[in-house]
Amino acid sequence: MSSTHTHGHAGHAHDHHDDHGPAKGIKRWLTTTNHKDIGTMYLVFSLLMFFIGGGMALVIRAELFMPGLQLVDPGFFNTMTTVHALIMVFGAVMPATVGLANWMIPLQIGAPDMALPRMNNFSFWLLVAAFSLLILSLFMPGGGPAAGWTLYPPLVLQTGDALPLAIFAIHLAGASSIMGAINIIVTIMNLRAPGMTLLKMPLFVWTWLITAYLLIAVMPVFAGAVTMLLTDHFFGTSFFSAAGGGDPVLYQHIFWFFGHPEVYIMILPAFGIVSEIIPTFSRKPLFGYDAMVYATASIAFLSFIVWAHHMFTVGMPLAGEIFFMLSTMLIAVPTGVKVFNWTATMWRGSLSFETPMLFALAFLFLFTIGGFSGLMMGIAPADFQYHDTYFIVAHFHYVLVPGAVFAIMAGVYYWLPKWTGHMYDTKLANLHFWSSAIFVNVLFFPQHFLGLAGMPRRIPDYSTQFADWNMVSSIGAFGFGLSQLLFVLVIWKCARGGAKASAEVWDGARVHGLEWSVPSPAPYHTFDEAPVVK
Amino acid sequence: MKMVKRAFVAGLGLLFGASPAMAAWSDVNLRVGVTELSREIYNLHMLILWICVVIAAAVFGVMIYSIATFRKSKGAVPATFDHNTKAEVIWTVIPVVILVAMAVPAAKTLVKIDDTRGSELTVKVTGYQWKWQYEYVGEGVSFFSTLARPSDEARQLDSGIAPTSVENYLLEVDNPLVVPVGRKVRVLITANDVIHAWWVPDFGMKRDAIPGYINEMWFNAEKPGIYRGQCAELCGRDHGFMPVVVEVKPQDEFDAWLEAQKAARQAALEPAARAAALAPAVVDTTVEPATTLRVANAE
Repeated sequence: MSSTHTHGHAGHAHDHHDDHGPAKGIKRWLTTTNHKDIGTMYLVFSLLMFFIGGGMALVIRAELFMPGLQLVDPGFFNTMTTVHALIMVFGAVMPATVGLANWMIPLQIGAPDMALPRMNNFSFWLLVAAFSLLILSLFMPGGGPAAGWTLYPPLVLQTGDALPLAIFAIHLAGASSIMGAINIIVTIMNLRAPGMTLLKMPLFVWTWLITAYLLIAVMPVFAGAVTMLLTDHFFGTSFFSAAGGGDPVLYQHIFWFFGHPEVYIMILPAFGIVSEIIPTFSRKPLFGYDAMVYATASIAFLSFIVWAHHMFTVGMPLAGEIFFMLSTMLIAVPTGVKVFNWTATMWRGSLSFETPMLFALAFLFLFTIGGFSGLMMGIAPADFQYHDTYFIVAHFHYVLVPGAVFAIMAGVYYWLPKWTGHMYDTKLANLHFWSSAIFVNVLFFPQHFLGLAGMPRRIPDYSTQFADWNMVSSIGAFGFGLSQLLFVLVIWKCARGGAKASAEVWDGARVHGLEWSVPSPAPYHTFDEAPVVK
Repeated sequence: MKMVKRAFVAGLGLLFGASPAMAAWSDVNLRVGVTELSREIYNLHMLILWICVVIAAAVFGVMIYSIATFRKSKGAVPATFDHNTKAEVIWTVIPVVILVAMAVPAAKTLVKIDDTRGSELTVKVTGYQWKWQYEYVGEGVSFFSTLARPSDEARQLDSGIAPTSVENYLLEVDNPLVVPVGRKVRVLITANDVIHAWWVPDFGMKRDAIPGYINEMWFNAEKPGIYRGQCAELCGRDHGFMPVVVEVKPQDEFDAWLEAQKAARQAALEPAARAAALAPAVVDTTVEPATTLRVANAE
């Protein structure tokens, strides 16, 4: 990417006579249309959900600490695995990346705000409504949703009164995502600073643009699938009931047509964040910028034609098995290009290891491990063994936790000084990094062994041969969970005060993006006058 | 390669030997199993695993070297290059070649798995919440298989019974499926309520049991013994408590077992048969096993 230069006086925005700061008190947050306020709300919301979903994960790991049932009923255990996943996917990871997009896309493309600010506010508050409903569903007669986050019929139709609440929650969260995606596309397409052509955009903006298209393509598909569940349950249709002429496997095809692009909706923005951080701390331009953009687009396209690799064991025709095996293996190529390009960015650079870089490097190693296990599962005959065991639990947690979540944390540390105007407590932040990075491996690595040795996923109790590694994994879980309290502490301290951060924040960051041209903290209104990018 | 492999296994063994788990290689890896298919699947698994290990060693090696060498604190001066077409073409083409090479044996195994022709025994497996039903198609023998009593008692919340005191905790049933050794057994898999999945790791694979569908798979167990597995698709509250146990017997023992089963059925049916003789019109609506038997015999 070429270096950038601004003419605008972004920092002087508050001098304008027609300018105003945030409203006072609670009204600021309820009615705000400011992309920074909304970005902050998304991030705080996702952090809260991360702890609620994490608490559920700890219930799961506590029950699995030893063989035998000690703490919870198997039905409640199933509710925990189900709601943990729904909250982490739709409530924690996705809103965190939307929060980062809200804060950073306008700053990175030199726009004064998001293109559709009032819709921006609406999409955030819809999310709050959605997750209030989902959490309420836990207290319904018959218990919370317990059929897994994939909501497979016929099992999901055995849910009690929680079913309509959970489905309506998904509708609202989906509507929120679609609005967010439209907003991001319109902003990127229309509000770029003069001179910022598409192929000069920062990678984070590129990955989000592609993610937004994925969201618009698949969220309605998911909404359709859960609506059919709703009518099957309450209005006598039988889309998915074999007894009524329907087909339970049809649901799985529809679900995974949504579900696989959804995987990339969670990881593409993470790729973008890492592509911002590694060049900055390598003091070198990103290697193969164009290839990165094309690789992202290829991954997005391929994500639409691999869905049935989640269903190798449903009994597809041979031709189907072979097609989905090949298309799945193909995804390894553009993903490999990304990993090689990040590595080549570091090659002959001048590396330093601030907290964001540490998280980005952990991402690089650990996401790659998750990628390898993904490739293994792409081999259909081998997947007949791996499917629905702890091997896949290990796989998707590797790509989601030290993958997506670490990238989000890297992004938070990278931009936190820009948001608050203060440096965070470096010692505490590095402690957060090291304890997270160690415990996440203690937590998830042994799950590969459990899966290969034959432990199915989603079981509350297991035979005694699995006892040792489950105990190790549970210890890792509690260590990882407690480490996250440090994250909150660092953010809290940084918001309250600390060493003053310069506009550039990171040594030499200025050439890596427009966001480093505005003062720290970024003023309430930035880029009232568009900067010019050369 | 063999040497490297042995050294790696030994290294891992040392590593795990020092861990609390004292794990053996077989406790952390896929089982080879006792069928031709399970062996092929194991070999595919090991092949792709080693490919991943070699690529990981190369990529992680370059990353670690970069992190150790190109440090600002060591006064490294950054280069300014931002692409290299030759390198980019190489690291796009090489993975494609590796993947194609991997796909060929995998597809061959898939073809073999798909071929259920020439089976010598057909067993129909039906999943229920939360038990399995096994039906020997054409033999008139069928029964349910549920979690064994000692496991069931120990697994209750706060039962006070230590799972370690129960033999084969959660992996024992009252009536295992019995099959002959060295025979191609075709398994027809379906379900009666929600989706389940029938899985015996030593036979190499699992298949979903779906209401309204009849899925097929086959195995040919080469060694007599007892093989254990579990339901592998979330099927509700007691998903974790419906194990699969298969007893593989020599042919003559299997034949004797099957005859005994038939005789027992016959004995159980005696009263029903007598009732049928007295009042033929009522037969169809009486005891369920009678109907099952008739349908099975008709095939």
